[in-house]
Amino acid sequence: MANPLVVEYLPILIFLGIAVVIAGAAVGASFLVASQKPDSEKVSAYECGFEPFDDARSKFDVRFYLVAILFIIFDLEVAFLFPWAISLGDIGLFGFWSMVVFLGVLTIGFIYEWKKGALEWE
Amino acid sequence: MIVQSLAFYLFAAILVASAVMVIAARNPVHSVLFLILAFFNAAGLFVLIGAEFVAMILVIVYVGAVAVLFLFVVMMLDINFRELRSGALQYLPVGITVGLVLLVELALVLGTWVIVPDLAAVSGAPTPAPDQINNTHALGLLIYTHYAYLFQAAGLILLIAMIGAIVLTLRSREGVRRQNISAQVSRRRDQVVAIRKVPTRGGV
Repeated sequence: MANPLVVEYLPILIFLGIAVVIAGAAVGASFLVASQKPDSEKVSAYECGFEPFDDARSKFDVRFYLVAILFIIFDLEVAFLFPWAISLGDIGLFGFWSMVVFLGVLTIGFIYEWKKGALEWE
Repeated sequence: MIVQSLAFYLFAAILVASAVMVIAARNPVHSVLFLILAFFNAAGLFVLIGAEFVAMILVIVYVGAVAVLFLFVVMMLDINFRELRSGALQYLPVGITVGLVLLVELALVLGTWVIVPDLAAVSGAPTPAPDQINNTHALGLLIYTHYAYLFQAAGLILLIAMIGAIVLTLRSREGVRRQNISAQVSRRRDQVVAIRKVPTRGGV
């Protein structure tokens, strides 16, 4: 007999199948039905009347990376909060303060980044 | 049961295929997109063995954050990947060595479970039966009390990552005009407005 937890996920699997079929039908039908006569002008990038200056994949500002890394860190912090919130009734005061210390350590980092101006864009 | 094994083979096949495509794709952005597909299928496999918390974390953290970070890195490093790829063959021995070491380690881990089947009884925290407790709850019972020191170490590592990222990438730009609200609000009238008596035909 299958694990009951896995059975609960069966509707999601069915949804996933339906989504794949619909997406495949939309793309595949337009690929099959529509008439395609490509030429070099049609498939090249259109940049408002003039020739494109540069490749579309230009370099990014490094600050996007900083924002993404700070996002990951707080994302992980929230990931640690989920099991804690579920089991808070059973782990007692020690578990509660253990999480408070963890949050305190990360708050130090948060204050540091706020004071450094890492969250400001200029 | 048949659905479960069908789903397993589907997820595993897509996972392996997209993992191959991560290395084989010419365009690095396509590589990252295949990596995201691989993460999703790994999450599906985790759900199939009943580890739903790990599956959801894989979707939230890896797909939501790490893959975006990889995309940023790929787009930020202005590397000519065709040039980089041309010298890839000379790194092949190193790559094969690393892969072999990893394979041996995996074989050792799995082999221990085969040789000593009752190893689960002596582990620090035996796995509870899935029908008694859901696994997010089971994790929560252990992380914050039994593994409290490791949990705090994880917090310190996150703090170091935060400070390191700021120290390495934050640079303030010179000559940028910023709005300073407290300076604006605390301005008084007599600091900025002056009334002068201007003589006729004299000018200021």
